[in-house]
Amino acid sequence: MRGDNGRMSPLPAQEHPQPKSLTDLFVSFTLLALQGFGGVLAVVQRELVEKKRWMTREEFIEDWAVAQIMPGPNVVNLSLMVGGRYFGLKGAMAALAGMLTVPLVLVLLLAVLYAQFAGHPGVAGALRGMAAVAAGLIGATGLKLFGALKKNVLGLRLCIGLGLLCFVSIALLRIPLAYVLLSLGLAACVLAYRKLAP
Amino acid sequence: MNEPLQTLHLAFGAREWFDLFLHYLSLSLLSVGGAISTAPDMHRFLVDKQHWLTDAQFNASIAIAQSAPGPNVLFIALMGWNVGLNAGGMLTGLLGVFLALLGILIPSTTLTYTAAQWGHRNRELRAVRAFKQGMAPIVVALLIATSWILAGANGSSLKDWPVWLLTAASAIIVWRTRIHLLWLLGAGALLGWYGLV
Repeated sequence: MRGDNGRMSPLPAQEHPQPKSLTDLFVSFTLLALQGFGGVLAVVQRELVEKKRWMTREEFIEDWAVAQIMPGPNVVNLSLMVGGRYFGLKGAMAALAGMLTVPLVLVLLLAVLYAQFAGHPGVAGALRGMAAVAAGLIGATGLKLFGALKKNVLGLRLCIGLGLLCFVSIALLRIPLAYVLLSLGLAACVLAYRKLAP
Repeated sequence: MNEPLQTLHLAFGAREWFDLFLHYLSLSLLSVGGAISTAPDMHRFLVDKQHWLTDAQFNASIAIAQSAPGPNVLFIALMGWNVGLNAGGMLTGLLGVFLALLGILIPSTTLTYTAAQWGHRNRELRAVRAFKQGMAPIVVALLIATSWILAGANGSSLKDWPVWLLTAASAIIVWRTRIHLLWLLGAGALLGWYGLV
């Protein structure tokens, strides 16, 4: 593998870069969290997959599925999983601390400031504009990850069908997430299980 | 124009602090899909039942955490902060932050960490692979649905079309270009400040 003369594959399978140390994890997740206005998800994907390449797009979707299903904040779960993969419990704690510590201090400072200027119409408007952009960032993450479904064992057509059903149930019909995961999610896993038959 | 946010004056003893901690502890394992999915129950408990928070404080906690850098779960820290402020001052505020955050995080992180380590050790199992492959299209669709719902929370009627346009435009720009996300958020803040969205 090493003798491969630096051939750059667009989707390195196993030999992608890794976090170097606990400090690297802490700092990386702090920087990542600080860029994440309106939620960290859009930035996590861009940093971990596109820039640092600690994980491929496919690995990201897999981990994100677990992070999403388990209780707790998704990005917190994801940081635990990424940290834990490389450095065990210590790594998980370092990544988690990185994700929370500095942003916590900042958000408290903001709250103190906001309490003084709560009535200003410009501030309310700016919050609204940023929230609209933040919503778009999350959608863009979905669109980017869509490309990874081409390699899915279910096949692209079935993926699109399941995805559309899921979107309609959650976004349009507003069915609680737990029901959607139990029905559609379970069905999708059973289908995948059958396709994976040896 | 600049009215400061009103605070309450509460008498908090060990019992109340423990109840606050217990409330978040009990919601932790229910917070599938993110802590925000349990926000309605927090509202019921903190605002309606105990009167520890005002409606304005509750809403501001969510709005600030969403527009600040960092994970959105920090809205829980802000709720703890505001309960603490109502119960005294900055010091009790910090106590509220730590009790609320620890409560919401300890059960879920323990469970997630254990489950993820197990899943990683057994990643070649057919069931584990089927779970990950099967969930992939669902996860992608959930992201797009979340974006849709958040956009709808900002603008619910037809006259709010600029909000939807801004959301759609930022989604397409981020999808298709490598522009830094902060530029877009800054642009959103400016458009909002001047009342254009």
